[in-house]
Amino acid sequence: MAENGIGASVRRKEDYRFITGGGQYVDDINRPGQAYAYFLRSPHAHAAIRGIDASQALAAPGVLAVLTGDDVKAAGWGGLICGWMVKSKDGSDMKAGPHPILCQGKARYVGDPVAMVVAETYLQAKDAAELVEVDYDVLPACVATDKADQPGQPQVHDGIANNAVYNWELGDKAAVDAAIAAAAHVTKLDFVNNRLVPNAMEPRAAIGDYDRASNGFTLHTTSQNPHVARLVISAFVGVAPEHKLRVIAPDVGGGFGSKIFIYNEECACLLASRMVRRPVKWTAERSESFVSDAHGRDHVTHAELAMDRDGRFTALRVHTKANMGAYLSTFASCVPTYLYATLLAGQYKTPAIYCEVDAVYTNTTPVDAYRGAGRPEATFLLETIVETAAKELGVDPAELRRRNFIEPSAFPYQTPVALVYDIGNYGAHLDKALELADYAGFAGRRAKSEARGKLRGVGFSCYIEACGIAPSAVVGSLGAGVGLWESAKIRFTHTGVCQVLTGTHTHGQGHETTFAQLIADKLGVPIDNVEVVHGDTDKTPVGMGTYGSRSLAVGGQAIVNAAEKIIAKGKKIAAHLLEAAEADIEFQNGSFTVKGTDRSKSLGEVVFEAYVPHHIPQGLVEPGMEETAFYDPANFTYPSGTYICEVEVDQDTGVVEIDRFVAVDDFGKVINPMIVEGQVHGGLAQGIGQALIEGCVYDEAGQLLSASYMDYCMPRADGLPDFQIATTETPCTHNTLGVKGCGEAGAIGSPPAVMNAITDAIGVRVSMPATPEKVWRALQNRQMPQAAE
Amino acid sequence: MYAFEFHRPSSVADAIAALKAASDGKLMAGGQTLIPTLKQRLAQPSDVIDLGGIKELHGIRQDGNSLVIGAMAKHGEVAGSDLVKSVIPGLHELAGLIGDPQVRNRGTIGGSLANSDPAADYPAAVLALNATIKTDRRSIAADDYFTGLFQTALADDELITAISFPRPEACGYAKFRNPASRYAIVGVMVARTGGGVRVAVTGAGPCAFRLPDFERALAGSFSADALAGLSVSPSGLNSDMHASAEYRAHLVRVMAQRAVKAVR
Ligand SMILES: Cc1cc2nc3c(=O)[nH]c(=O)nc-3n(C[C@H](O)[C@H](O)[C@H](O)COP(=O)(O)OP(=O)(O)OC[C@H]3O[C@@H](n4cnc5c(N)ncnc54)[C@H](O)[C@@H]3O)c2cc1C
Repeated sequence: MAENGIGASVRRKEDYRFITGGGQYVDDINRPGQAYAYFLRSPHAHAAIRGIDASQALAAPGVLAVLTGDDVKAAGWGGLICGWMVKSKDGSDMKAGPHPILCQGKARYVGDPVAMVVAETYLQAKDAAELVEVDYDVLPACVATDKADQPGQPQVHDGIANNAVYNWELGDKAAVDAAIAAAAHVTKLDFVNNRLVPNAMEPRAAIGDYDRASNGFTLHTTSQNPHVARLVISAFVGVAPEHKLRVIAPDVGGGFGSKIFIYNEECACLLASRMVRRPVKWTAERSESFVSDAHGRDHVTHAELAMDRDGRFTALRVHTKANMGAYLSTFASCVPTYLYATLLAGQYKTPAIYCEVDAVYTNTTPVDAYRGAGRPEATFLLETIVETAAKELGVDPAELRRRNFIEPSAFPYQTPVALVYDIGNYGAHLDKALELADYAGFAGRRAKSEARGKLRGVGFSCYIEACGIAPSAVVGSLGAGVGLWESAKIRFTHTGVCQVLTGTHTHGQGHETTFAQLIADKLGVPIDNVEVVHGDTDKTPVGMGTYGSRSLAVGGQAIVNAAEKIIAKGKKIAAHLLEAAEADIEFQNGSFTVKGTDRSKSLGEVVFEAYVPHHIPQGLVEPGMEETAFYDPANFTYPSGTYICEVEVDQDTGVVEIDRFVAVDDFGKVINPMIVEGQVHGGLAQGIGQALIEGCVYDEAGQLLSASYMDYCMPRADGLPDFQIATTETPCTHNTLGVKGCGEAGAIGSPPAVMNAITDAIGVRVSMPATPEKVWRALQNRQMPQAAE
Repeated sequence: MYAFEFHRPSSVADAIAALKAASDGKLMAGGQTLIPTLKQRLAQPSDVIDLGGIKELHGIRQDGNSLVIGAMAKHGEVAGSDLVKSVIPGLHELAGLIGDPQVRNRGTIGGSLANSDPAADYPAAVLALNATIKTDRRSIAADDYFTGLFQTALADDELITAISFPRPEACGYAKFRNPASRYAIVGVMVARTGGGVRVAVTGAGPCAFRLPDFERALAGSFSADALAGLSVSPSGLNSDMHASAEYRAHLVRVMAQRAVKAVR
């Protein structure tokens, strides 16, 4: 292994910059002559806008412009789009209501941007916004997910009956119905997957900058995928042709999905900049983030798992209502469908699975992908129903799972829900997790807890996850509006410094280190001589960005493929310099060597020769050393793992404490174990947050009650246990690195482990988040004398 | 935040003068409640009078059998004070449970009591320990001080200078935190004082209140078990997304029992 190559826990190169305040986030960037924007947002969840009078605001000190929906219309710009066409089971297209940049005639959620005030300073803009008079006609709001498509509910979009976006299905319904009818046992459960606010540490921000001379725009924005932002803003919003729009996403402070999407504010900043002929900056306040960053999850589900007499799963039937919020956000439609139902096989060889999904509009903040996106919802459902089935059958939950695992010999394995798993060994991580958790000692620990008056429970989760959504032809056939390949360019300089330009984007994941390790490993370049460049459409080749744990499995593989091209070209040059046949040249540890001899040229020498080709005959190779690769994977990658959680419940208060949490993941090959561990820690914290403390609360009028950190509870270190983390390894079969992806697993796998442990402790299910009061009430009800049956 | 005039007087007299001169003046201690209120544009004072420069409001000292804590003493100072720890360990502990380190490093006891947030911790201590609120013009007994939701006996232009806590024989505090803000959903202080047992509750009602039947039970037998059969009516208690009135009522008993066990 090269020093600091694959497998080394190299310290993150980027952290010195971040922890010494040297990061350059959008809000750190100031353009000459910059003006500031404030968005006036609807205080109502649903209201007709009868008129907007901005005359007083326009006269206020420092105000340069007040924009409304009419200005967007006058500019001829369109609205935001949802980039994934999902078709209903009757073959009709999903119903995408218009998603204007600034409200046109109607506000559909609390936080919907109604007007934009641009002024010399931010405070002037904010002051003036109070003078904008909006004549609202407040309408009743549709809020609850499960009721949204019932008759009589307020209609979010004109002409979209019953707020129904689509009614989609996957799987063989007849086979499932038949298997359920014939089953020895059927476990039936209802689920609510709670809505979450993503809460990236850095609030969203944008600077729109119109250049009169070139008639082009530069947009600095907090984006996970600047090229996708450029594409959508150019081709769909219609701001400018792609070559007239440069999108820069510099350092970005976390996204968790919420910064994938194309948002109103960044488009509005571009328009405002053209109108006032100055750069226009907007940075969200935290209270804006709560209502305007796309939320996550929000499903209501009924599921039935059928088994034969031996507890072998014979069928799974699922019906889900998914809340899309007031508008279809950029990728919202694929989350409760292709990223959800396709995962319902889990680690099990259930032969028949059917899932039906009704997506609904409500007068709430739009919902879209959030760490895990669909997969946590699938995993929560499946791993809860499996554990419940084990309880009902009186079988140990680990044993029931093992009985149903897809065996290692069965790969590649075609699931009944479209995916083909390439590889896995589920028993391996289950075994390791049982050992690390000291499962054998659980009964003793439970007895000890009981002696102290506490209830102890243990819960499992054996998750499957699908990363690096691909290949493009397949996702295209399922409705995706884009290809999901990735690009990389490796560029050496005369002096051997290596620039890696990637189409992925790092916003906390540590790409600058991991990708440098790939170069160190493949090309023998010290990582300090590797610079990873990302986040600027004018610098990097077109790329699809970072989400779905794709950066390494797709983007990393593109880098490796580009490195192979560097080696191939280098071999030609080295062969000439060493007067050997190209076929006799080997490349290892940064040197080209004639096989079986000690004659060699370093990569640095070869690179120098490529740029100063004084000894290279015409026509042998082009000068220079710069190679590009585009990589479209053959399949998703399929990380999997076993999580075991042990909780202790205080019966007097209902407080749940996590006593131990074991996570054993199979991420395939691991490039940087320390970074992977960090990703798992963060994911677990978010998943445990969803299980225990996080949750959006809307009132009936559509006001978000949990709209600040005083009420929306984020996970903190002091509420989390010391995680016990380990990995097993089955290398991915269709990329040469053997990597799978690790960014979301923790958030996907952990909620059911926690919730199953609570159910085990208290004997009844409660919904997420399992707040002390809910647990206490469940205990109260449990302690009520049972009525005679 | 709207614009306002800023003052930083160096004496209580100057602060009161500035307050009286202002059309709508506001005193500022650590700003932990005031600044967020201003940032959210929920208040528009004409003048903000910063108490940070007034020396006489700072400091913690022992005065005979009482602990006198200056209004501007930060929670972190109380939680870090060996004097408080040795004289009233339960109070020392309570201060350490307030918010998080950032809040403890800015928030003050005077600000907390002037504000009388229903979920604040100090009100339970003030009531249970039978403290006296000293202001620029008078002394107010704890039992007369808390009058309602964010309401106290203070006049509009009255300034808290210090709080005097008589040393109890022993006291203990138990807090059930709001998981998000870390304020008290329910906090109970139990104290054995020269004047008998006092039990005070914060978080549960519009303002801190005492529980006479709990006090009687503990006067009979000072033990957690003595409270086992008692209950609190949920009627009139706070109810929000974190805890219903019913749950709060239940927690009052549980926390009271835990406070008794924590008594030192
Ligand atoms: C995130 C967070 C968590 C918190 N958690 C807790 C908690 O767990 N427990 C808890 O008890 N508290 C908690 N607090 C409250 C905090 O500890 C402060 O006590 C409270 O915010 C008052 O702050 P301050 O002292 O800075 O006063 P300021 O905010 O400056 O003032 C508050 C009010 O008191 C008035 N005032 C201030 N000083 C005086 C005075 N000497 N005389 C008369 N009037 C005065 C001001 O005019 C103002 O109206 C929390 C606060 C935050 C922001």
